[in-house]
Amino acid sequence: MFESKAGILWIAGIGFFALAFVSNAVVPALMYDDLPEQTVEELVNANLRFQFEDLARRYPDSFNSAYGEPPGGTAEDDAWWNETTATALREGHKIYVGEGCWHCHSQFVRPVSNEEQRWGPVAESWEYQNELNRPVMFGTRRVGPDLSREGGRRSNDWHAVHFFRPKTLSQDSPMPEYPWFFEGSPDQPNRRGLAIITYVQWLGSWQESYPWYEQYEPSFAPAQKSEVDRQESQP
Amino acid sequence: MSEAIVSSEPPAPPAQTAILPLHELVDLKLVKLYFVTALTFLLISMLAGILMALQLIDHNPMRGIELFSPGRWRMLHTNAIAYGFLANGFLGALHWIVPRLTLNPVLDKRLSWVIYIAWQGVVLATAIGLLLGEAQGLEWGETPVWIDPIAQLGLLLLAVNFMPPIARMKGPIYVTLWYFMAMFVWTFLTYAMGNFVPEYFVTGTSAGAVGGLFIHDLVGLFVTPLGWGMMYYFVPIILKKPIWSHGLSLVGFWGLAFFYPLQGIHHFLYTPIPMFLQYGAIVSTIAVELVVTTVVVNFFGTIWGDGQAVKTNLPIRWFYTGMIFYFLTCLQCSFQVTLTFQKIIHFTDWVVGHAHMVMFGVFTVWIMGAMTYLFPRLLNRPWYSLKACEWHYWLSTVGIAVMAADLILLGLFQGWSWAALEPWDASVEISHPFWVIRVIAGLSMFGGLLAFIWNIYKTWTCVPEQPEAAAAGPSPTTA
Repeated sequence: MFESKAGILWIAGIGFFALAFVSNAVVPALMYDDLPEQTVEELVNANLRFQFEDLARRYPDSFNSAYGEPPGGTAEDDAWWNETTATALREGHKIYVGEGCWHCHSQFVRPVSNEEQRWGPVAESWEYQNELNRPVMFGTRRVGPDLSREGGRRSNDWHAVHFFRPKTLSQDSPMPEYPWFFEGSPDQPNRRGLAIITYVQWLGSWQESYPWYEQYEPSFAPAQKSEVDRQESQP
Repeated sequence: MSEAIVSSEPPAPPAQTAILPLHELVDLKLVKLYFVTALTFLLISMLAGILMALQLIDHNPMRGIELFSPGRWRMLHTNAIAYGFLANGFLGALHWIVPRLTLNPVLDKRLSWVIYIAWQGVVLATAIGLLLGEAQGLEWGETPVWIDPIAQLGLLLLAVNFMPPIARMKGPIYVTLWYFMAMFVWTFLTYAMGNFVPEYFVTGTSAGAVGGLFIHDLVGLFVTPLGWGMMYYFVPIILKKPIWSHGLSLVGFWGLAFFYPLQGIHHFLYTPIPMFLQYGAIVSTIAVELVVTTVVVNFFGTIWGDGQAVKTNLPIRWFYTGMIFYFLTCLQCSFQVTLTFQKIIHFTDWVVGHAHMVMFGVFTVWIMGAMTYLFPRLLNRPWYSLKACEWHYWLSTVGIAVMAADLILLGLFQGWSWAALEPWDASVEISHPFWVIRVIAGLSMFGGLLAFIWNIYKTWTCVPEQPEAAAAGPSPTTA
């Protein structure tokens, strides 16, 4: 059996593979089967709408040439904004994947290594149960920071300048420049620029803690040191 | 037991017993073409790696050009290695090994050529798709979604072409063919699972589990069985003695087949994937390291008493270097898979160092060994320059050793910096000197490849063709 063609084909080839597929893939899939999968349209929330409308205010020319002007009438207007935000979000996700952003930025916060303090609440399953996580954007390497709580932390202007030339804002950043998201200058993002900023602003916008800021004690080490000094200097 | 003894013999030298003459059994032209194509993709892939490495140390000469975006070339780097270099290199070796070992030609030689052309189409389309920003968000499977079905068909045809010569053999089959046979099934299933399930059927965390399984199986069930199958074939032939222990060969194969696929989730520890599944993946990972040890022991038992071959015989030296790296990678793996190590090293360059040690230190090194052995036989010419062969070996192996050590150490520093809640920039700053060393190590490996390509070119064009038997004689390939 162990050296026969049939044994190798059926037991090793198909049997063991199937066993692994069931235990490593089907089991988690069944466990999360009750979590509904959200469509991109369902992912648009007030926080993201605010950022997207802010893009329209800041870069009116770019915005209008990319998405056109919103129609009149309150109800139509609201529907148009939701729809356009969803379109931008979907395009932004495609750019995020296509440019390989996810090879240098992770999207999950682990319950260890003080990550909760740096990045915010630990990742939970329901957060990934949506169309934009097909396949999931956990990421694999952190050359740059985790982005899963990035939304709302920085302004749209900041992102525009940063995508155009990261070094302007972050001196030692090894991040590549993305001039093709712009028409020549950071104040003229094109359709792709608007979309990728929308995507980044979406990340974490569903959280209660939104926007998340790193919890830094302002350099506690020197403070403790001065306390030690004070005690030591006392007779 | 008699079966076991029979099949533990090294494959008989086919030239003497072949039913068909050699040139009808093996399509030499196709093997050559596969190897040349593989080396071309390796060249491109390494250039892509160098581009990314230069970006990290802020010396990218192609800054701000869309088609040279390091993010896109990073994906080209890994995909060109997996599908352009490793796949083509192994396919070339398969076309040499399977017909000689089974004494049966492949199902249809025209089909072989169709597969060759189709596969290069797949790889080129992938490269173009990636450069145009059409990637799929799946690590090692960034192949744009519209190419996936074609690649799947190619893998099916591959099995259709290679299974018949194996199936026509009678009685128990040799170790190499266990690995190859299982590989044809596994690769087809793995590719289908990885490229379609997380895209169309599941989402989120479950997709993560499938994605983890895919990257893992791609290495474990596609590359690894091809690599070991090749070792079980070439090592006994070159050393002219059987594998040390047939029992250990059995343990190695069945241990790998059982434990390797169970580990996918270890790529995503501490994610929301259920903890009991994470523990399962960890335990089976540690189990497979024990299996790996038996395989390595088996091969060192085989060379025992013939240690000189490592000095005098270049292919053997390549093969055993790869095995040492294999053991080191697997040893490293059994540490890094534990939750204790994961806290620090996940997301760091430690993992990048690990990946390079496997993909270059083991599998590329093995393919290089096989090519060093086969090119004189394919071209009927001894190597033009043995010195260039030595340069190729030393630049490649020293380069990868330095790169792996450098990145693994850096990973620890990055992880500790993050855990200590230092400002993010601090972790970039400490990385800088290590990233510079990585570029130098990478250039060394690249230099090795250039020496090899130059040597092949010179051998092909400057050395007169010799009768079959003589060509293999004065080359470094005979002990």
